[in-house]
Amino acid sequence: MATTSATLDVNGEAREFQGDPRQTLLDFLRLDLKLTGTKKGCDHGQCGACTVMVNGRRINSCLSLAIMHDGDQITTIEGIGTPENLAAIQRAFVSHDGFQCGYCTPGQICSATAMLKELADGWPSAVTEAVADTPAPSDEELRERMSGNLCRCGAYSNIIAAIREVMQSEEGA
Amino acid sequence: MRPFDYRRMADLQPVDQPGDRLIAGGTNLLDLMKLDVEAPRRLLDISRAGQDRITEHEGGLRIGALVTNADCAADPRIRADYPLLAKAILAGASPQLRNKATTGGNLCQRTRCQYFMATDTRCNKRQPGSGCDALQGVNRNHAILGTSEACIATYPGDMAVALTALDATVEVLGQGGTRLIPVAEFHRLPGDDPARDNVLRDDEVITGVTLPEPVAGRQIYRKIRDRSSYAFALVSVGAVIKLREDRIARVALAFGGLAHKPWRDPQTEAILTGQPPSPALFDQAADALLAKAKGRGGNDFKIALARRALAAVLTEATEE
Amino acid sequence: MSDSYDTPDQRNLLDQTAQGVIGQPLDRPEGALKACGQATYAAEHDLTNCAEGVLVGATIGCGRVVRIHRDEVLAMPGVLAIYADQAMLRRNAQGTAGEAPIQDVTTVDYYGQPVALVVAESFEQATAAAKALRVDYDVTTDADFDPAAVEYEPSEEADELGDLDRAMDEAAFSIDRTFTTEAHNSAAMEPHASIADWDGRKLTLYGSFQMLKYNVKELADSLGVAEKNVRILSPYIGGGFGSKLGISHDAVSAALAARELGRPVRVTLTRQQVFETITRRSETRQRLRLACDRQGRLTGIGHEAWVTNLPDEGFAEPVTQATKFLYAGQNRRLALSIGRVQLTTAGSVRAPGEAVGMQVLEAAMDEMAEAAGIDPIEFRKRNLPAELPGEGLPYSSRMLTEALDRGARSFGWDQRHQQPCQRREGEWWIGMGVASAARVNILSKAEARVTLRADGGVLVESDQTDLGTGSYAILGQIAAEMLGVPIDRTDVALGDSDLPAGAGSGGSWGATSTGSAVFRACEAIRATLAHKLSVDVDELRLKDGLANDRPVTELLDKDLVETGRIEPGKTMKDYSQASYGAFFCEAAVNAFTGETRIRRMTGAFGFGRVLNAKTARSQCLGGMVWGIGSALTEAMEFDHRTGRLMTHDLAEYHVPVHRDVPAIEVILLEERDTVASPLQAKGVGELGICGAAGAVANAIYNACGVRLHSFPMTPDKLVGRLPDPVGA
Repeated sequence: MATTSATLDVNGEAREFQGDPRQTLLDFLRLDLKLTGTKKGCDHGQCGACTVMVNGRRINSCLSLAIMHDGDQITTIEGIGTPENLAAIQRAFVSHDGFQCGYCTPGQICSATAMLKELADGWPSAVTEAVADTPAPSDEELRERMSGNLCRCGAYSNIIAAIREVMQSEEGA
Repeated sequence: MRPFDYRRMADLQPVDQPGDRLIAGGTNLLDLMKLDVEAPRRLLDISRAGQDRITEHEGGLRIGALVTNADCAADPRIRADYPLLAKAILAGASPQLRNKATTGGNLCQRTRCQYFMATDTRCNKRQPGSGCDALQGVNRNHAILGTSEACIATYPGDMAVALTALDATVEVLGQGGTRLIPVAEFHRLPGDDPARDNVLRDDEVITGVTLPEPVAGRQIYRKIRDRSSYAFALVSVGAVIKLREDRIARVALAFGGLAHKPWRDPQTEAILTGQPPSPALFDQAADALLAKAKGRGGNDFKIALARRALAAVLTEATEE
Repeated sequence: MSDSYDTPDQRNLLDQTAQGVIGQPLDRPEGALKACGQATYAAEHDLTNCAEGVLVGATIGCGRVVRIHRDEVLAMPGVLAIYADQAMLRRNAQGTAGEAPIQDVTTVDYYGQPVALVVAESFEQATAAAKALRVDYDVTTDADFDPAAVEYEPSEEADELGDLDRAMDEAAFSIDRTFTTEAHNSAAMEPHASIADWDGRKLTLYGSFQMLKYNVKELADSLGVAEKNVRILSPYIGGGFGSKLGISHDAVSAALAARELGRPVRVTLTRQQVFETITRRSETRQRLRLACDRQGRLTGIGHEAWVTNLPDEGFAEPVTQATKFLYAGQNRRLALSIGRVQLTTAGSVRAPGEAVGMQVLEAAMDEMAEAAGIDPIEFRKRNLPAELPGEGLPYSSRMLTEALDRGARSFGWDQRHQQPCQRREGEWWIGMGVASAARVNILSKAEARVTLRADGGVLVESDQTDLGTGSYAILGQIAAEMLGVPIDRTDVALGDSDLPAGAGSGGSWGATSTGSAVFRACEAIRATLAHKLSVDVDELRLKDGLANDRPVTELLDKDLVETGRIEPGKTMKDYSQASYGAFFCEAAVNAFTGETRIRRMTGAFGFGRVLNAKTARSQCLGGMVWGIGSALTEAMEFDHRTGRLMTHDLAEYHVPVHRDVPAIEVILLEERDTVASPLQAKGVGELGICGAAGAVANAIYNACGVRLHSFPMTPDKLVGRLPDPVGA
């Protein structure tokens, strides 16, 4: 029996998918749900602009079928904050000018949000000297962990500064 | 993408219909479906079919086929006892992709040959008998070992390179039951049948990968690529090296980016085993490794690069 | 007041005003929208009943379309129509073209060129149908796809002075080197996209463009409709870098399809189509000849370049543009030659000319300094001409010496070893390199409307675009400063072709030109306010909504609306104008493998008045990241048998990732250039790339002792030439 529908939890709201099984999660969000904050940059998992969180984990929504996400909790940039009520990471991106054109920005922010959780969970990365140890959150660690998100405007160092600020304020809190 | 039927699977079962394709993470399959390189008639979604845990197994570990790359690299047992595997996985793709990509799927990752990925070119792997445009074309990323005149594609992954050096075994389930395949024998050379990447039969599904008991020694994964992250290997080296009394007591080396499969060369390892490390010895090992290497123009540099990558890894592994 | 800028405005009015926002590092006003995914880009406008169009690219490199097998695709589910209209674009428009580019897609000029548009109800249907569309071709078998195998001819008369050959013969020191750079793609993160919506004869096009006043003309001309019937909206643009200067395939095909179907149509280029069909930066071959005397004074400069483009394209990458004015040397030869190949149209990519010309010149200058035995900074400073060589024009302002000195101090240049291979950390050779930055400065015609509302707020309006450059921020700051209005009461509306025509974004001229129009509109409002207060305009003091201590609202019974205009004038002809700077790079080269990592970079820049220190700094940062890409990773690689681009996606065309980019220091030098604009500001959008890759190349040499003359400097080029990693 072919499966033709799915129910997704998108930013806390139940959304029915009932359509062409070819539709990616990205296109479902952008075209059907009008959640255009998630961007299409390459459609092949090569740029990170489409990054969303699924059950707390960051993924490329362009390389995932909507129909495969039955029961999953999807968090998009719209679920992180609003202009009237910015999340700390969004505020930090604004104040550090962690973008120019803004097109990769939602993906960077979703990615950074999940990345901070991965760090908190002690996940290693390709630059972790001894993978068995808990990694120290150096700038090099942050850069490696954010390397799945391209920024052609070249705001990279400002993005790292924004993430760093959020990490420090969370430590202080 | 061409239309397909979609079905959710509750468990891993042998494939029983031609035209069916299993999808788990989908990071490679959907990429290729968008390019029309893959066009399954039916997708069987195994992403919730279990097999998503790492368990103790005969003194080693068993990694379920649906364990994601991210989970595998974050697992404390993998990190402590098989750091080479964690490092190789972490050197591949991006965190987003590793959160989706699975152990079984990653083993089945298809080549990144640009001609394979372009349906408007000739490719014997994609369309048997059509020819190979890479032979005289843009082939900077292509293989220098074990190639044929039909195909010079490489296996692009990192994880399998580590698994090869770690002597892991792939566990597959087919209509006839379960069989075990050493990772080193899982991928194949192209010969005159490059359409097949590996020895998996049409009905078979990967259920897991087992790692033998941990071995002592330094474990290194070195990946050389065009940018510092988020790029495929030009050359990669996975190494497990144990020194005793200033000699190389045990060495296992596997190479990525050089061939249609993770490359392991017993002769290279034999040359090194029992010897005191020295630049001359490393050169000798490289001579053996690359004796039959053949560049095709754009990838000629890989011969020198592999030699130097091997020297770098052996130097690092044998330093005080 | 004449529109044209003929005499330098030496009042430096923005230094007299009181609001204190000009130059301040204010956040972008649209920043929160961008950070929340609420800024609406071209493909994201929500139109009812929008159909989806997908372009079909040619699978040959040169020839003619003989037949399109329409019927089998028209029968596919959801397919509405297939267009292969004469009016569809074969090539996208060059910057500031203002007219239709080459049309008619029955001829194929390059591989991947659009030959048809398939429209369907859904994106999935349209994509599958486009992929399934069979097209028969008549292939031109003798087409040229290889820049190394074609004839070149001069694209302009060579710029010659004295006798370069003789200077080379007689020089105490000389070098003669040939460099190559590869073709580049802008690779803006947002793929080109258009939604076309007709209301009777009037077209509204939601698109992603840099220069709306030209784009309207290009689109109208392509469609054969009146300009007044075309409106383009581009409020947010996901990066441009030259790729969105002219209209592209998506706009015209969407408009044609929408007109035929009587409903809105969206066409978005795939990432592969962006690479295959949107203007590339030409690959270059560049011969540099430098000659100097014993004191390290240049006696000769030769810079000859060979670039390519399609037949019938007027654009030739102006490689030697900065060499003309940057360094002294009485014997000169600057020449540009062009070869014709059937590869993607070549056109403007961020900093055309300087981007690849400066990195090569600066790598050659490093070699020359070494040959002369002089520190490369000192060598550059010693060779700054007093006036434009050959023409005797003065420089408007030039902060190059200051940039070199300030940058050197901050970077720690004195720690550099003069000889290569002197510093080793583990497997890595460490080295330092320097390069000058230079980019021509241009003022361009612009208009902007400023409204001082009766409620005391300000509205700035222009069709100027903001590609991420900071237009929203700086145009508001100029108006707020001039009119003494708090920045949070200043609104800026951009990216609508119905608004007054700004300069557009490109050539680094958007901020200074459109900003000058805003400035002039504000001057007119200031004059009115002064009149109302019965004071001389010089006595006017505007701050925080007060005009000479009276609430400005008391003076206003209605909105004050003024349109400001500026045009380039005599100042453009009477001076050599450019922005300047210096790059410093510390690179690590792996002694075994030839991988290069940038450890740190410093850039010091002088580009007149800084209008917003935050967005200006970001522009410089971004340029330097492009420099890293140009130096180390970026290359379009074509299959020269067919003209097919093999690196047509972001997995194969390597733009720098986070980990490629270290902490970058940007130093903004205080400068006022009264010649450049009434703002005393010059362009900054491209300066950060102009020479940056040269500093990287020079650092690589200083690290490992290998002089490569081929960009990008990937491990394959270094690995065979490195010294013994262990023996050294």
